[in-house]
Amino acid sequence: MQGSERRAISVSVNGSRHDREVEVRLTLADFLRHAVELTGTHVGCEHGVCGACTVLVDGLAVRSCLMLAVQADGREVATIEGLAPGEDALHPLQQAFKDHHGLQCGFCTPGILATLVEYLAENPEPSEAELKVALSGNICRCTGYRDIIAAALDAAARLREARA
Amino acid sequence: MNPGGMVGKAVPRIEDDALLRGRARFVDDIHLPGMLEAAFVRSPHAHAAIRGIDTAAAAAVPGVVAVFTAGDLVPHLTAERLVVGLPSPSYRLEVDRPVLASDEVVHVGEPVAIVVAASRYVAEDAAALVEIDYDPLPVAENCRDALADDAPRVHSREPHNLVAAFDMAYGDIDQAFARAPHVLRESFWQHRGVAHSMECRGVVAAHDPIGNRLTVWSSTQTPHPAKRLICALLGRDDEEVRVVAPDLGGGFGPKLVFYPEEIVVPLASILLGRPVKWIEDRREHFVATTQERDQYWDMAIAIDGDGRILGIRGSLIHDHGAYTARGVNVPYGSAVTVPLPYNVPAYRLDVKLALTNKVPVTPIRGAGQPQATFVMERLLDRVARELGLDRAEVRRRNLVHADQMPCEKPLKLRGGTFVALDSGDFPTAMADVLAKTGWADFRARQEAARAAGRHIGIGLANYVEGTGRGPFEPVKVRVTSNGRIRVASGATAMGQSTQTMLAQIVADQLGGDMANVSVTTGDTAAINLGFGGFNSRQAVMAGNSAHAAAMKVRKKILKAASAMLEVAEDDLEIVGTRVALKGVSEHGIALGAIARALDGSPGYKLPGDLEPGLEAEEHVIVHDMAFSSGSAVAEVEVDVDTGAVTVTRFTLAHDCGRMINPMIVDGQVVGGIVHGIGNALFEWMGFDAEAQPVTTNFGEYLLVTATEIPEIEILHRQSPSPLNTLGVKGVGESGVIPTPAAIISAVEDALSPYGVRIAQAPVSPADIIALINGASGRA
Ligand code: FES
Ligand code: FES
Repeated sequence: MQGSERRAISVSVNGSRHDREVEVRLTLADFLRHAVELTGTHVGCEHGVCGACTVLVDGLAVRSCLMLAVQADGREVATIEGLAPGEDALHPLQQAFKDHHGLQCGFCTPGILATLVEYLAENPEPSEAELKVALSGNICRCTGYRDIIAAALDAAARLREARA
Repeated sequence: MNPGGMVGKAVPRIEDDALLRGRARFVDDIHLPGMLEAAFVRSPHAHAAIRGIDTAAAAAVPGVVAVFTAGDLVPHLTAERLVVGLPSPSYRLEVDRPVLASDEVVHVGEPVAIVVAASRYVAEDAAALVEIDYDPLPVAENCRDALADDAPRVHSREPHNLVAAFDMAYGDIDQAFARAPHVLRESFWQHRGVAHSMECRGVVAAHDPIGNRLTVWSSTQTPHPAKRLICALLGRDDEEVRVVAPDLGGGFGPKLVFYPEEIVVPLASILLGRPVKWIEDRREHFVATTQERDQYWDMAIAIDGDGRILGIRGSLIHDHGAYTARGVNVPYGSAVTVPLPYNVPAYRLDVKLALTNKVPVTPIRGAGQPQATFVMERLLDRVARELGLDRAEVRRRNLVHADQMPCEKPLKLRGGTFVALDSGDFPTAMADVLAKTGWADFRARQEAARAAGRHIGIGLANYVEGTGRGPFEPVKVRVTSNGRIRVASGATAMGQSTQTMLAQIVADQLGGDMANVSVTTGDTAAINLGFGGFNSRQAVMAGNSAHAAAMKVRKKILKAASAMLEVAEDDLEIVGTRVALKGVSEHGIALGAIARALDGSPGYKLPGDLEPGLEAEEHVIVHDMAFSSGSAVAEVEVDVDTGAVTVTRFTLAHDCGRMINPMIVDGQVVGGIVHGIGNALFEWMGFDAEAQPVTTNFGEYLLVTATEIPEIEILHRQSPSPLNTLGVKGVGESGVIPTPAAIISAVEDALSPYGVRIAQAPVSPADIIALINGASGRA
């Protein structure tokens, strides 16, 4: 079958190196979920629209359903599992989402947090309107977005405080 | 009543940490040793005869373990079809879904074969090689046309397409119309599309031959009913099947249905002796998961000279899809709901359910009620226009009043009991939302905007929602020997914070420490009976069962502690994980010690001569539905050049009785409102004349994104339901119900200079431009 030839890759995920031989057609999402067994990255559409599968590759938010695992060879991938600083504490984004009820089923949440990690690093003081645009590529069917935006604004403030 | 002070508090959710850390377990997160992966071969035709199926090429693909068709599976089952329709005397045809199609396919996406392989990639490669010899047959695409005498038949073995018909009527409707000074007629088209939980469906099944036990993990809202069906189809006893709903990435209705995949995957796993996983992808979801599509309404309203309603009558044609996958409940819900918030002396609706060659229709969040609300509210807007009255005034003259509560209506729920609005003050709720939104001065704002070339509009809709469908939902509460509190329920969580809700109610009675409560939902091994999540029922049904069970355990804890500490019960309180003397917290005993004492000791009496064990299971039975209610105002701006509608502000006066957790209530309501914005303006599941779906990705099928949301405000009233101890009503669907009605009313208001009349939802920018140019709508 087309795409079934295999290639060896080495990908760093949340700081640990994973050497694997994969089919060249394997998506990065499936690689993370099934080969590395980090199932926190979710697949909602497999066609690049819903944003659920968003992860950071070398710090940039990408849709892991649209990227092949072989394209991540030699790169650093960050997923939701690596976001919290430890067992006792959540990342300010995670804490803000909890405090503001920014998640219901939570299926969209990992992708939204990945999108926001990248966005808030570049735009630490966004307006509400800017945040809505930044998140317009992440679909959430549960929350109606209002509490997501509130959480993101609060997280931005917390991150600024932490940096100051 | 709530000693722990937990009920009514916006406490954080117990679900969140796992979800936020990527540690939740959705069905596709389950990996079992030796697991195989499946793909389904689905019909590309809306209607065709199957002349032959050749699986040889697929089976020969390296990595493929099996290809099964109906012929391979049916011999292992007690029935060929999934008989899942709720009972109703209104059926004219029995059209139950086959486990897999064998001689005829009746919608695009219908499963015909399953390929099981080492990986999903290989399974899909091979699925493309299964050769099915189809003979295309004529197609019934539109439900109105499908009822014509010469319409193509959806099933070639059935004589017609009228799958069910019923009427809903009370009062002397003919007389009401005969003496009415005004009779107004309207026709409406409505369509709700696809529920689109962000997680699609999925099933993992594993059979343990040693214990002869089958475990099925399914992304379902109804694990207990699924278990009963699997037991029946496989001829297995209860003890031999366990169904678990793991974390669900949303439900919104379609996951309450039992699907062919939920029996085919388990059977494949039994036959192959290995775990099998099938995960639906979004493309499949568009064609294989149930939807809620077209309804055509032809309505007339009779009023007196003051705009008071004398009667409402009409007919409804409802698109049922190709099979009965749930029943007649969506159009039944529509038909019951139309007159509920108002005093309507006479009513008659004739309802026809038409088969079409499309995926079956079953409830989506709101389940027919948004459409009913749209019809009623559009009729009242028409009354206001004809009589030159304010839209709010017409409603004020007709709304059910607080002093009518409880207000019995001569309409029956599907179980045969009469509908009774249990509590609420509808006129005051409406007054609240009008005051909040400045309804009275909107005309001035509108004129100023028009002078500046902008078209803004305001719309209003009242609604009720039937919640808490009975008869019961059991909850078991147990104190473990470690002093932890374990709660189990047939209630099923799909994102509505069900576990937090139950933990809050239980913690309220048992020490007030949420961190000490663990909740198991959606696992048939944890509790024997149950229904699951649908019809905004779990806070009402499971919530009250949890309350009753926790009260029972509380009493027993205090009795046992009283005996063990030799202190009067009244002087004791449960604080955190201990029972202590009121005000003297060091004198006390741990909950775990009481639980251990009640486990008993050979030869010794139990403390206080109590029954053994520290647990209780309760199933509070309520047949009547608790009616949530509300009043919504939408404000919009319409771009008359592009037809684009921006919802600028949405305000809802909302009453769901006593709130268990206001934060969760707000989350549910806002999510529903935004779903309703989609139903008003964006969501349309399109099919061409051959019933081929034409919107099968998120580029073609539009879901609301963050940039479309307005400023949303919710004004709470809390009229306790007299039907249950907690006084609660359901909330999961309420936000969606009034939203299309209020938005469409606002759009029409914005476009009043053009004399536009909108009789449909959704309304797209192209529709709006056409309406401005004088076209009539799709109704
Ligand atoms: S799964 Fe990748 S964008 Fe939807
Ligand atoms: S929380 Fe369920 S999809 Fe966003």
